[in-house]
Amino acid sequence: MITLHDVTKTFGSRVVVDHVSLVVAPGTTEILLGSTGCGKSTVLRLILGLLVPDSGEITVDGVPVTATTRDDVLRRIGYVVQEGALYPHLTAAANATLPARADGWTPTRTAERLGLLAEVVGLEPGLLGLYPAQLSGGQRQRVGMMRALMLDPPALILDEPLGALDPISRSELQTQLARIFSELRKTVILVTHDVREAFVLGTTITLLNAGRIVQRGTFADLARRPAAPFVTEFLSAQTPPPEMRMSL
Amino acid sequence: MTARGRRWAALAALCAVVGAPVAASAAPPVRVGSKSFTESYLVAELVAQVVEQSGQAPVERKLGLGGTGMVYGALVNGDLDVYPEYTGTIGRAILKDPTVTGVAELRRRLLPLGLTISDPLGFDNTYALAVRRETASRLGLRAISDLRRHPELRASFDPGFLRRDDGWPGLRRHYDLGLADVRSMEHALMYRALSSGGVDVIDVFSTDGQLARFDLVVLADDRHFFPDYAAVLLARASLPERLPQTWAALERRLVGKIDGATMARLNARVDLDGRTFAEAAASFLGASTVDDVGRSHRHLARELARHTLEHVVLVAVSLMVAVAVGVPLGLLAARRRLLGQLELASVGVLQTVPALALLAFMIPLFGIGKVPALVALSLYALLPIVRNTYTGVSTIDPRLVDMAAVMRLRGWQRLAWIELPLASVTIMAGIKTAAVLTVGTATLAAFIGGGGYGTLIVTGLALNDVATILAGAIPAAVMALVIHAVFEGIERLIVPLPLRGRHV
Repeated sequence: MITLHDVTKTFGSRVVVDHVSLVVAPGTTEILLGSTGCGKSTVLRLILGLLVPDSGEITVDGVPVTATTRDDVLRRIGYVVQEGALYPHLTAAANATLPARADGWTPTRTAERLGLLAEVVGLEPGLLGLYPAQLSGGQRQRVGMMRALMLDPPALILDEPLGALDPISRSELQTQLARIFSELRKTVILVTHDVREAFVLGTTITLLNAGRIVQRGTFADLARRPAAPFVTEFLSAQTPPPEMRMSL
Repeated sequence: MTARGRRWAALAALCAVVGAPVAASAAPPVRVGSKSFTESYLVAELVAQVVEQSGQAPVERKLGLGGTGMVYGALVNGDLDVYPEYTGTIGRAILKDPTVTGVAELRRRLLPLGLTISDPLGFDNTYALAVRRETASRLGLRAISDLRRHPELRASFDPGFLRRDDGWPGLRRHYDLGLADVRSMEHALMYRALSSGGVDVIDVFSTDGQLARFDLVVLADDRHFFPDYAAVLLARASLPERLPQTWAALERRLVGKIDGATMARLNARVDLDGRTFAEAAASFLGASTVDDVGRSHRHLARELARHTLEHVVLVAVSLMVAVAVGVPLGLLAARRRLLGQLELASVGVLQTVPALALLAFMIPLFGIGKVPALVALSLYALLPIVRNTYTGVSTIDPRLVDMAAVMRLRGWQRLAWIELPLASVTIMAGIKTAAVLTVGTATLAAFIGGGGYGTLIVTGLALNDVATILAGAIPAAVMALVIHAVFEGIERLIVPLPLRGRHV
């Protein structure tokens, strides 16, 4: 479980996260939806302890996120970002197993886990010896996913994980992520500005605008009972025009 | 005698054989220094040979040091015992009081510094004016004041002499000279210009070897304008106390024995006849044979191997120190921003100190020889290494840095697995720059007795001998190329495959 209680963060005079409260139940997927600059990535960085909130409290599995507990908190979280943020000098396998190496796992245990995870994310084992530059965007993102899952953390935090992918690998990975999230029963927070992604993956969706929560609920809640005109505006902005839907 | 007894006897005999030369050389050596011009080398070589012949103590030659500041610094510091100096220089440059002239007065003023001087050796090395012998006899020129009667004579002076107040401007005022045609000319060309009749009067040093060759007449300084630059031996006061016989031998054989013409002839023997300093000095002392130590100059092939080794050691050691210090400093700068800026600024300032000055600063701290050279070279190699390490680490994609934090990598894991490999291309580029720079800068080490190829360059410059200069300069250039190639190889070992060739 991840909770935010009345969290505020400002950069200079700019309020980036404005009194945000949120409870993400174990095993559910929370989508933070919003346009660029709405504060959704900052929320993630606050949870990871990469930033310190000006006020409010964040907990992960009941542990408040502070400088002293950060290590304990991070142990419970796997982190995936756009384009994977893989280390260019390490092979796919070395990238994926880095958390295990830092934790001092035996090579056998690491290799076993690596094989299993390759299967989970659908990466050909033959690609594991290649460097990131030799992989496609989708393959890189799968390796990033493997790295996040390496230590089998209860929670996953994903920052625009499919942002840089072409439409086909994107929809392919969306389906795969949905399956992984439900099979592994992870508590997931996923940031995106893609409405379709929110629809496919989200248990609940939190729509953010200018650092504030505009509305939180299921996709149906947002679509049918918008709390503000902005909700409808945001959801419909990405809907294909009627002519396009008809020709599809 | 039992077997055991024989063994002990043999051991005792061995000790006696091995011990004897140790005992003879147990007296601390007399360390003889010189500046890096022919006359200074020559007089130092004379001193060295006299000390050797007197047999009281061995000699250590530390010749060709960079200039008054460096040789004097080494003497005060206790790294030298004696070197040739000029009274004018002692007054002006060392005591900073040009009014002190007499030898007795100089000696009195040097005493509190723990130094002493010999009586004058007999020659002065000062500025002088020279004309062709034919001109002198035709116009009856004997002294500088005679020039007043001949304003039509054409003069060429060295650019330095032309500007310095103790040169032409002061001389003209002092003698009220009216020469109409005065030009600036490089010293090296003047003798030829004079002997070919292109000019009539030039400035010279009074003991220049070229004077004899071109059959020139030095005009007497009849109104005593030029300061007194009488050659003496400047020594630590402890030298005459420690080795009175040796000092007496130096006074007996050198003091008052070398007049200007003799010194000019000795200079010519080296500069013009291509003899070694040792040979020229031996010829003056009347020795028929010259020992091997003294012969060392100009045996280029043999010298080259030794200088190559010295140069490699200078470059390798200083570079290792610079890497060992510079990389951590660069990392520190990347971690702590304020400290980092301070650090980069101070390393940068260090780089603006001219290399020769930096070497000179080392003398009071570390004396002369290899150690100060290594310290100075290490400091000099620091900037590219610190700066590139800082740049390499601080420009790593912040998302990769965050990811390392989220993965809970410990400090050393982050450094060894992520930061150093990712910054390795940039760091290696800095080290390569430092290496090639150091090969060049290390040639200056010779000025403080650090050895290396610079020794040949300094000697060659003193002798105006292009072959000797090139014998030092060409191998240094070759070494720079070799070192570059070696580091390309090291780079292949260190930089991870996918990062190669991206930044270069």
